[in-house]
Amino acid sequence: MNLRLSTAPHVHNPVTTQRLMLYVLIALLPTAAFGVYAFGVPALIILLVSMASAVLAEFLWQKIARQPVRVGDLSALLTGLILGLNLPANAPWWLAVIGSVFAVIIVKQLFGGLGDNFLNPAMAARAVLLASWPVHMTTYVAPTFFKAAVDAVATATPLVMKDASLMSLFMGNIPGTIGEVSKIAILVGFLFLLVTKTISWHIPVSMVGGVFVFSWLFGADPVMAILSGGVLFGAVFMATDYVTSPMTPWGRIIYGLGIGLIISLIRQFGAYPEGVTYGILLMNIATPLIDRFLPRKIYGHQKEAKKA
Amino acid sequence: MFKKTFRRGIHPLHNQHEGKGPTRHLPIEDYVSDSVVIPMNTNIGAPSVPCVKKGDLVKMGQVIATAGGFVGVPVHASVSGEVTAVEPIPYLGSVPAMAITIKNDFNDTWCDLSPLGSVEQVDPAKVIPAIQAAGITGMGGASFPTHVKLTFREGASCDTIVVNGAECETHLTADHRLMLENSTRIVDGLRAVMRALKVGKGIIAIEDNKPDAIAAMQKAAQGRDGVSVQPLKTKYPQGGEKQLIEAVTGRQVPSGKLPIDVHVVVLNVGTCAAIADAIIDGKPLISRVTTVTGHVVNPKNLRLRIGTIAGDAIGYCGGFSQEPGKIFFGGAMTGICIPNTQVPMAKSTNGIVVFNEKEGKSKDESPCIRCGRCVAACPIGLNPYQIKVAADKSDFAAAEKLHVNDCMLCGSCAYACPSRRWLTPSFKFAKDKLAAEAKAKAQGGANK
Repeated sequence: MNLRLSTAPHVHNPVTTQRLMLYVLIALLPTAAFGVYAFGVPALIILLVSMASAVLAEFLWQKIARQPVRVGDLSALLTGLILGLNLPANAPWWLAVIGSVFAVIIVKQLFGGLGDNFLNPAMAARAVLLASWPVHMTTYVAPTFFKAAVDAVATATPLVMKDASLMSLFMGNIPGTIGEVSKIAILVGFLFLLVTKTISWHIPVSMVGGVFVFSWLFGADPVMAILSGGVLFGAVFMATDYVTSPMTPWGRIIYGLGIGLIISLIRQFGAYPEGVTYGILLMNIATPLIDRFLPRKIYGHQKEAKKA
Repeated sequence: MFKKTFRRGIHPLHNQHEGKGPTRHLPIEDYVSDSVVIPMNTNIGAPSVPCVKKGDLVKMGQVIATAGGFVGVPVHASVSGEVTAVEPIPYLGSVPAMAITIKNDFNDTWCDLSPLGSVEQVDPAKVIPAIQAAGITGMGGASFPTHVKLTFREGASCDTIVVNGAECETHLTADHRLMLENSTRIVDGLRAVMRALKVGKGIIAIEDNKPDAIAAMQKAAQGRDGVSVQPLKTKYPQGGEKQLIEAVTGRQVPSGKLPIDVHVVVLNVGTCAAIADAIIDGKPLISRVTTVTGHVVNPKNLRLRIGTIAGDAIGYCGGFSQEPGKIFFGGAMTGICIPNTQVPMAKSTNGIVVFNEKEGKSKDESPCIRCGRCVAACPIGLNPYQIKVAADKSDFAAAEKLHVNDCMLCGSCAYACPSRRWLTPSFKFAKDKLAAEAKAKAQGGANK
């Protein structure tokens, strides 16, 4: 009989990192499925290429750097899927490859790998693609829903055209990136993440709330503001990235409101029609500061704090 | 029925009745083994000093070791028979412990006892000395000498005594069964202490996963002066002293202070029953209820004589049902692993839990993903992630600034962590380092 000795605790919550990543992947299924339904085979190719290249990039990096291969934690697969959903369906396949490799190698691995990157990999990669290939990144096709009738024409996003009906915005019958168009699919994923306790409500609610309030203050239509562009997709799947968002409930609310404010500022007063990417990236950078300086109530310290 | 609780916390083994299913319906059984090995250093404070030698015949309840100081307790023979050894044995921790081995003659011949009578009649001044003489230490797990806890320093006062029947640890049902079967004794012990300290309020706090215990204690408390029962939500670590006080009284023990600083004393239900036995029957603390569970053939709640070898108790439960991978004293959240089955249980051993190979396997750490589950779990409100970063860099000063010394090592953060980070062990290491540093500093100052 060989008894193991270890310090307590001797039991663990069955939820592991891998399972959390799997939950997010599952939550993205409706969104991805709708994207493929709306934009057809090109969307499917973009998603598969970006997932495959993200996983391969992580695997090769960890082999070359002689690190334990942790592809099995599914984080690279998730990064690839999220990046793919951030691209227009008609983007060239090599754009997906460059984006995925940049996300995994430059943004994630060069800063120490999972948990040590200070920017959301997919978001940072999207920003780089947007700056480097702006035409590819902002040429959207209208959804075809497998009806070959309309030839895929480049159209502007609702943020530019400002005349889409709220219903089509909500259902996803609008041009946009693969993942952002169907709000209903995103909400289904959000519900799944809440039920499985994968994420808390704080970031999505405060971010969307922030966009609503600030765009209203700045004179835009608040309902239109939250339903158009990548606000909902970003709030549910990108701003909530554990690694680059604050850990405390109040920290998360400040972070979400901050993103909402930056998005509204960029949309109303900036040169870009869309601000979700930079809103999230800028607040990613603020995350360590929020975690460090936001005061917390610690048991047995309250009275001291009041005196001081 | 209004249930109180504290902020944050976790629900370990929630879908398995906190691991208590196999034993919570089983009445307490007596078990007496062939011999007992009684270690001298199981209490917090000075180890006891043996006062018998090999070959002596001892009666049950006879003093076999005297207290090593005021913060120390006498030890009593838990069986009658012959002392066969007074020598150090390997024990929990790295240092061998002095221990007295007694071969049981199975006569259970008591030594002369001096009962003090009913707890409502006894001279209050005699209560604390009786507790001291009975060798009672906290039976919830910490083993702090009870008479020391009840002896206040100048200026301190107490207005509430909280009896801890939360039993929030996994797997354990010892306190649960005691509350069902010995409810009157628990209230008696509480009343004795209330009278001794002239305290008007005694609250018995119990988690709501034990509705039968709540009912039994409510019945026992009926008509007793100032005694009431407070149901609590089932959540770990509800039975932690600080969490219990916050839940029951709404007060917080200031950092680095003791419950008495907020006028509260917390006693475990087992401690209360032992106090009643010491006063009503004059009997010292020689046995306790221990849950033997996990992968044993027949899990049981046993009343064990202090010093029963773990392997004997497991053998009485039919032995192992699966190849054991890990055995620990206590529940799964804070239990202490034993290296082999020859280790004797002590006054604070509320459980002996056997894990199989699979359950006992240690999990590999994976990178922290900053998910914040540790923050959401910590009942103190610390940020375990930040403390772990500091502790891993051996930056103990930074860990101290992040209030690592407020950590009570409950294990909630480590339980919740999806990356299986060794949070609690590294906090214990940091706390020990800081304590050693502070001690060295104090000594250095004294030498100047």
